[in-house]
Amino acid sequence: MCIDDPHSHKTRVSMYLDQIPNGCLLRVKQVHHQQEFPDLAKQLEEIGFIPGEFVQVMRRSLIGGDPLVVRIGLSTFALRKKEAAIIEVEE
Amino acid sequence: MTDAKITIYPKEPLVALVGNPNCGKTSLFNLLTGGQQKVANYAGVTVERKEGKFYLQGGSFLRILDLPGVYSLYPRTPDERISCHVLMGNAEGEKRPDLVLCVLDATNLRRGLRLVLGIKRLGLPCVVVLNMMDLALHRGMQIDLDTLAVAIGLPVVATVGVHADGISKLKSLLNQKGLKQANDNITLAASTPNRFGVSGLESSQSPSIEVNIKEDNEVVREILLRLGLEQILPDQFSDRLDRVLLHPVLGQMILLGILFLMFQAVFSWAEWPMAMILRTSDWLGEQCLEFLPDHWIRSLIIHGVIAGVGGVLVFLPQILILFFFILVLEESGYLPRAAYLLDRMMSTVGLSGRSFIPLLSSFACAIPGIMATRTISNTRDRLVTILIAPLMTCSARLPVYSLLIAAFIPAQEIGFGVQLQGVILFALYFGGIVSAMAIAWLLKKVMQQKGSFQPLMMELPSYHIPRMKNILLGLWQRMYIFLSRVGGMILLLTVTLWCLASYPVAPVGANLSAIEYSFAGMLGRFLQVIFEPIGFNWQISLALVPGLAAREVVVSSLGTVYALSGTEGDIAQALMPLLSQGWSLATALSLLMWFVFAPQCLSTLAAVRRETGGLMIPLVMLLYLFGLAYLASFLTYRLAVSWGLG
Repeated sequence: MCIDDPHSHKTRVSMYLDQIPNGCLLRVKQVHHQQEFPDLAKQLEEIGFIPGEFVQVMRRSLIGGDPLVVRIGLSTFALRKKEAAIIEVEE
Repeated sequence: MTDAKITIYPKEPLVALVGNPNCGKTSLFNLLTGGQQKVANYAGVTVERKEGKFYLQGGSFLRILDLPGVYSLYPRTPDERISCHVLMGNAEGEKRPDLVLCVLDATNLRRGLRLVLGIKRLGLPCVVVLNMMDLALHRGMQIDLDTLAVAIGLPVVATVGVHADGISKLKSLLNQKGLKQANDNITLAASTPNRFGVSGLESSQSPSIEVNIKEDNEVVREILLRLGLEQILPDQFSDRLDRVLLHPVLGQMILLGILFLMFQAVFSWAEWPMAMILRTSDWLGEQCLEFLPDHWIRSLIIHGVIAGVGGVLVFLPQILILFFFILVLEESGYLPRAAYLLDRMMSTVGLSGRSFIPLLSSFACAIPGIMATRTISNTRDRLVTILIAPLMTCSARLPVYSLLIAAFIPAQEIGFGVQLQGVILFALYFGGIVSAMAIAWLLKKVMQQKGSFQPLMMELPSYHIPRMKNILLGLWQRMYIFLSRVGGMILLLTVTLWCLASYPVAPVGANLSAIEYSFAGMLGRFLQVIFEPIGFNWQISLALVPGLAAREVVVSSLGTVYALSGTEGDIAQALMPLLSQGWSLATALSLLMWFVFAPQCLSTLAAVRRETGGLMIPLVMLLYLFGLAYLASFLTYRLAVSWGLG
């Protein structure tokens, strides 16, 4: 219910953490490696963003929704939108 | 690392404490070592190195090393790099640990276990310490230690890092291990080439690491499944607190309130200890005056040594109070949240919330602030933070502000019980902050890297109630670092300046004050040429020279220049009428402006050199601040003169 588009139940678009509403409990599907920032994906994996892990956006900043507070597993991290944007999630 | 450098290490076995950030490692370290700690730096880098002693039954001891917290063996910051180097046995001047205590937060096993796997792979003898067991139980997690030990293939000990009896099992384990090791320990070791493939760590492209991450995740998941801990049980208490403290509006207001309280405390609580220190150093000076013969040595002791030591000590109260607050906020887990709340604002000038803590410390003194930038992983961010740190008004500038404000700004109310003098003081502080933000913004434009992007990735740990013992130990360590780094420097400079101001001696029958005949006097006259356009007379120009050593010395230097004698407190009193008659308001405003930007003291420049590893950045800093100060003073002076205040 958190990531499904109500109009097109058949075509599942891949969803990224930065677009997820607050409070939805999802799982990490994959962290996408970025050409520009080669270390970013690895660092995210190191702090716990690994496939299958529970993830949840706890809150967002008032202005622009950046940065986000994200619960990954049992840890809580503040992430920039850009960092969240490479984390693909699934139900 | 292939050179045959021989280092002689103490013969006692070395036990390294490793763990994720916020796993309670330092509390554990404090409990194990008590007051027996030594804080220094790792060779070549400015990362704090904490070593302590753990006494075994029978009198011998183990050396316990508290390594900086790491998420993995793939380091991001200088701190993390040190931990990895030590574990691999190739940190300069550091022995490979004989035993690793891998500390895990029992409430967050998953992340900790990945680190354990990495350390196990390094081939080091390792014991897993499950810390915060009380919290895990409280949250309903039953961890079967035997199952975990079997699954991971390492001994496991449970601890509660809050009180002394929570670590009794760890202590008895260390006793067993330690006594065994002490018997077959090698006392002389050469730094051998590392056997475990460091190159794989240095290069981010190494395929082996990636394979390890995936494999390790599988292993960790299996272990957690076997322990029945696959589901997540977040910390309800922290979440509830965050609902208020991280609230978009309320959270900001609370942060503002905390900061206000902090500054209020720094200035009001520090008042009497500072006065005490000044009075004591004055008293010591008087005693010397009375009991020592009139000789140049007496003058050196009074004006060089005592004034120098007093000048250093007088800042301790403010620095300690500020650090007390910072440590309490850090221990409680609030500090990263403050950084989160401010991140949005900081990012408009190209910085991240991580710069907040160093800048906050800079209000006491820029040196601890600059040292605190180590936690910023982004090189550009770190550099910008270092460059603007001196614009935060440090406590050393306060005596100068107070003197000039008291002398030139009338003590009148401007309504609502607000004092004009207070407003001016606030404006000077505020001016520093605003210009720092402006500089950061400018640097963002100038130093724009291609695809520049600074990750935030900052952990917001669970809240904890701060423990007094940890805070007091932390304060003691800050004090030690401040005194050892800054103290020697200021003392040396004060003594040098005393020499410059005392020689050559004034000729017999001279009618000018002695200082005008000295080297310092000549220097002042020379500098006057430079400072005339911004309204400084030669006395001010001269007083600025010792101000390089430590800014607060300017007040006593002005006293010397105006041929005043007496104790420090008296000087400020006596100076006020002299200044308000002798100087124009324009000159005073110009000097105040000068100190908003004032090229910082030499100890700050030295700290910057150490942190950036070269002369380049301190030089840039010196020039840009000098330029800014000159420009600001020039504008202020000229404007003031044109308004008829000259």
